[in-house]
Amino acid sequence: MENEHKKKVKVPLTIEQKIKRRNFISFGTFFALGGGAVASWKWLLNAPEETAGITAGTRAPLRRALNKTELFFRNFFSNNHLVKTYPIEKAAKTVRVNSLIGIEEDENFDIQKWKLIIDLGNGKTLKIGLQEIKTLPKTEIVYDFKCVEGWDQIQHWAGVKLSDFLLHYKLHEQSNKQYMGLETPNEAYYVGLEMESALHPQTLLAYEMNGVELSNDHGAPLRLIIPVKYGIKNLKRIGKMSFSNSRPKDYWAEQGYDYYSGL
Amino acid sequence: MKSIKEKHAFLMRWTHWVNFPVLAIMIWSGLFIYWANDAYGISIFGYSIIKFFPEWFYDYFHIPQRLAEGMAFHFLFMWFFFINGLIYIIYTIFSGAWRELIPQKNSFKEAWLVLLHDLHIRKTIPPQKKYNAAQRIAYTAIILMGFGSVVTGLAIYKPVQFYWICWLCGGYHFARIIHFTLTVGYVLFFLIHIVQVILAGWNNFRSVISGFEVIETTPKIEETSSDKNPDQGDGKRA
Repeated sequence: MENEHKKKVKVPLTIEQKIKRRNFISFGTFFALGGGAVASWKWLLNAPEETAGITAGTRAPLRRALNKTELFFRNFFSNNHLVKTYPIEKAAKTVRVNSLIGIEEDENFDIQKWKLIIDLGNGKTLKIGLQEIKTLPKTEIVYDFKCVEGWDQIQHWAGVKLSDFLLHYKLHEQSNKQYMGLETPNEAYYVGLEMESALHPQTLLAYEMNGVELSNDHGAPLRLIIPVKYGIKNLKRIGKMSFSNSRPKDYWAEQGYDYYSGL
Repeated sequence: MKSIKEKHAFLMRWTHWVNFPVLAIMIWSGLFIYWANDAYGISIFGYSIIKFFPEWFYDYFHIPQRLAEGMAFHFLFMWFFFINGLIYIIYTIFSGAWRELIPQKNSFKEAWLVLLHDLHIRKTIPPQKKYNAAQRIAYTAIILMGFGSVVTGLAIYKPVQFYWICWLCGGYHFARIIHFTLTVGYVLFFLIHIVQVILAGWNNFRSVISGFEVIETTPKIEETSSDKNPDQGDGKRA
């Protein structure tokens, strides 16, 4: 058999060579690209942490990606996009308390003396009491509150629309800034918001939950309810409000979370 | 005598191998997100059958609190997952490769026969082209699942801005459950896929890297019977 086909032996050999050549090229490329992928992954895993500033706690390239992704998805933001609302009966009776940062360590806090401090940005401040805020038109919302951890709960809140509030106190100049900063009276918890989210028609300065005044654990006397953000941005017990054109400091953005955290 | 038979196009191979590590990273980072609030399980009549994940699992692996890290990875690699999937779908549509991929009228019946064959219950297998009936169903389903992960992912990621996507997915809470369930589906797919790839053997595996299969053809004159299966019809493909 071998002898009979001796002349034809060359033909299968060329196929054999072809197979070898194509195997060599494709597997070579496969392992080279695979090696490149492994190296890139190691680079990313070992990438240095970002320089701590307004944001901190995550790998520098990942922070760049978060910021770029924010810019892309902010294109879809609109005041016409509203969070889904529910009938009041759907609201949870026992509302989840997830964190008390800014509240629990503030034992000297006196709710009677509390006033909302507005930093007008020109060295002046405005102080507004709760009774005064309550005279503004009241807005209620029953919606699905979403925690960054993954749970969600239908909750019933009431207060004044932040946009109504800013309009009423003629904070036009301040509202034209790009960001709003909020912090608790003891400055232990603080958030930064882009103005468009702060001015969203469903963003409230809330003083009631389930039809009664806020309890301490839910941020008495006044808290932020901002349905276009995760719970981490819904600051409890607002002490001071400020305005700026750069990102204000943000508690969880310093712990590696996305600054935007928009929904 | 050997001959080369072209099997998988370059773009199919490229997107397949890009998807593998990207999906792995998406599942890994997704678990960091899930573990921040591990609420899901399967229960029947109030009796918990499976809890994702059981307590011993956390104790054993020392699952850390890495939610922020998980989110950062997830929201970067989602881009690669999406773009890679999009390239594959566009390629499949415009190359006409979809004709060999999507299930046909008789695929669902035949897939059963393929299953019986693979379980060594039945000896023969229905004739097939590039993919057998079971593969057509599985590989079309996995593409639809990928699409489902992107859509439910968007519904969870921006439930207010994409409220209509969220509505289509049955609301925020349900979209999250679908998103999680699809991931469980990927893991099951992967396990079966790996077993099938091993059973199908080297020639099949190589074709997803090199693009071709080597086919042994015995010259017709020779009477000597060979044990080697002469054509592609052994059906063990993954």
